[in-house]
Amino acid sequence: MTETTPTGDNSLLEATFATRKIGWFEKFVGPENFRILVGLLKTPASIIGLSLILTYVVIGILAPVIAPPVKPNADPYSIPRDGFSSDPKPMGSEWKRNKPPEPFWYKPLTGNDKWVHLFGTSEGQYDIFYYVIWGVRTAFFTGLLVTFATLVIGVIYGSISAYYGGMVDNIMMRLVDVLMILPSLLAALILAAVLTPRIGKSLIPVMTALIAFGWMGYARIIRGDILSVKERDYVLAARVVGVKDSRILFRHIIPNAIFPTLVLASLAIGDVVLAFAALSFLGIGTEVGYADWGQVLSFARNWITALDQYWYIVVWPGLALVFFVMGWNLLGDALRDVLDPRMRGRS
Amino acid sequence: MEQKLARELIQVKNLKKYFPVKEGILQRVKDYVKAVDDVSFVVREGETLGMVGESGCGKTTVGRTMLRLIEPTAGSVIIDDKDVLKLSGQEMKTMRRNMQIIFQDPYASLDPRMPIGDSVMEGLQIHNVGTSKERYEIMLDTLKKVGLEDYHAKRYPHEFSGGQRQRIGIARALALRPKFIVCDEPVSALDVSIQSQVLNILKDLQQEFGLTYLFIAHNLSVVEHISNRVAVMYLGKMVELADRDELFAKPLHPYTRALMSAIPIPDPSLKRERLILKGDVPSPLNPPTGCRFHPRCPIAKSICSQEQPEFREVYPDHWVACWEAK
Repeated sequence: MTETTPTGDNSLLEATFATRKIGWFEKFVGPENFRILVGLLKTPASIIGLSLILTYVVIGILAPVIAPPVKPNADPYSIPRDGFSSDPKPMGSEWKRNKPPEPFWYKPLTGNDKWVHLFGTSEGQYDIFYYVIWGVRTAFFTGLLVTFATLVIGVIYGSISAYYGGMVDNIMMRLVDVLMILPSLLAALILAAVLTPRIGKSLIPVMTALIAFGWMGYARIIRGDILSVKERDYVLAARVVGVKDSRILFRHIIPNAIFPTLVLASLAIGDVVLAFAALSFLGIGTEVGYADWGQVLSFARNWITALDQYWYIVVWPGLALVFFVMGWNLLGDALRDVLDPRMRGRS
Repeated sequence: MEQKLARELIQVKNLKKYFPVKEGILQRVKDYVKAVDDVSFVVREGETLGMVGESGCGKTTVGRTMLRLIEPTAGSVIIDDKDVLKLSGQEMKTMRRNMQIIFQDPYASLDPRMPIGDSVMEGLQIHNVGTSKERYEIMLDTLKKVGLEDYHAKRYPHEFSGGQRQRIGIARALALRPKFIVCDEPVSALDVSIQSQVLNILKDLQQEFGLTYLFIAHNLSVVEHISNRVAVMYLGKMVELADRDELFAKPLHPYTRALMSAIPIPDPSLKRERLILKGDVPSPLNPPTGCRFHPRCPIAKSICSQEQPEFREVYPDHWVACWEAK
């Protein structure tokens, strides 16, 4: 039996059925996932989302250029403060003490010689512009790390549950149900409040708390997908050949089951950053002066009765947070649309 | 006949598979679905044993329990004097080299994220056959045997048609050079024109490698074409087992006769008596007493509803489970 190659003129056929070259990337991610990725690049919402996220990536990378630290070897996440007086200073007021070097873009862009507090200062004279710029890095760091950790925990937990099945599965999933009943932000708040005096004020207690109460969703999703992939014929074929269970799980089942979970995780980054800011706003988390949007927002609490005067403490970090979360959410919405099976073939 | 001399490669004895039906939060077992209920037969070396029956009669379950893809409730499957169902993990792994399966749905039987060459080679790798270069050679050779080319090895399943995928499935089963292959409706999902192509490949490979097939199907013409002997199943029981020619010429069980009369004859002028069964297949959850076929049987007697007929050899090598068969 050999494959017979068609003879004669096929040009008419080719003109009728447009053929498409399949690149290595499409081969690598598989046809279905490739369709999803291509769909993402064609949806306006996801383009806006992606460009917002990209903008933040650029700001995060260029932070030392946009807002140079006071001394070259000082901790850049420690926000420079101009004195100690409690009343916030308005936007455009001049740096007096502890002035960082002016960035190269400042003079050509504003025509001003003197480095001012672009976004004003908060209570305690912390510079809000520095908060906004360096806070980008904190947001990415916490968002990505917490999401990654919850993803890993959830995937391992869910895989074990689906893999052993039966009573083990039943017990493990009921535990997930119990944890999901708890209001996660409140639970994280309590855990972070308990951890902070023991570990000290830093990113760690809050991140630990968010991880501890954030993995259950992934466990559920991956479990469901593994249960469905587990019974497919190619998994049975691997078993007939004699492939070990662990190898079947890692080579055949997880690669075919993990995609929806990855999508879910990419959507969660915005939520994690928002939850982090909420905890920070409530005063749990990093030391005072650490580059973190939630913290600078919490400074505004004391001046909330005079926001007509001190609006800039809320508005700039608030906008930074809103656009950051919006970027991820737009991307997420687009992803959900593209993943909808009814959309198949349209994009 | 020469088959009579052939060795009995596989003996299946009193195979049973009951699926529990669970209820409530405590998952208490409420009842059992008797998917396969006390089935015994032999498969001789080098032959093709066809297995036919309606959907849900337990054909696929028989095939899968024989490979231990489903653990049976009771019974034994003896291959080369070893009871497959009692082997330990390591012994089972060695045994798996000898027995493979070809699935029905070519779209579901290949891992979409693996180049097909890797899928075919996986078994060789697991069983440490040769060096990686030798394995690659074996893989290419096997692909060639099913009519695929070298350059296909690096492609992914979605780049192939249904017929090609089914041949890849055959190549995967063949890579370890097994003795016995369960063909679980290998052509049911294919176009008629592709069916014959795949059937012919299966026949050629059987000759070349001396393979033994258990060929599960619901298409009688396909079974007639490929089998040496044919077994008929009804509701978890085997009702008749005979040489192909004998079964098609002289069916003894009323169910087999009904099946035979349903084969279309490609001649509109030819009239013949159709034996049309009343009612539906009963639920295997609550099968009829006595002979399971009696509620639909045109020749049922009172004994049929009371006692199960034994599966007995009425003529040499012609087994049937019916009180009326003589």
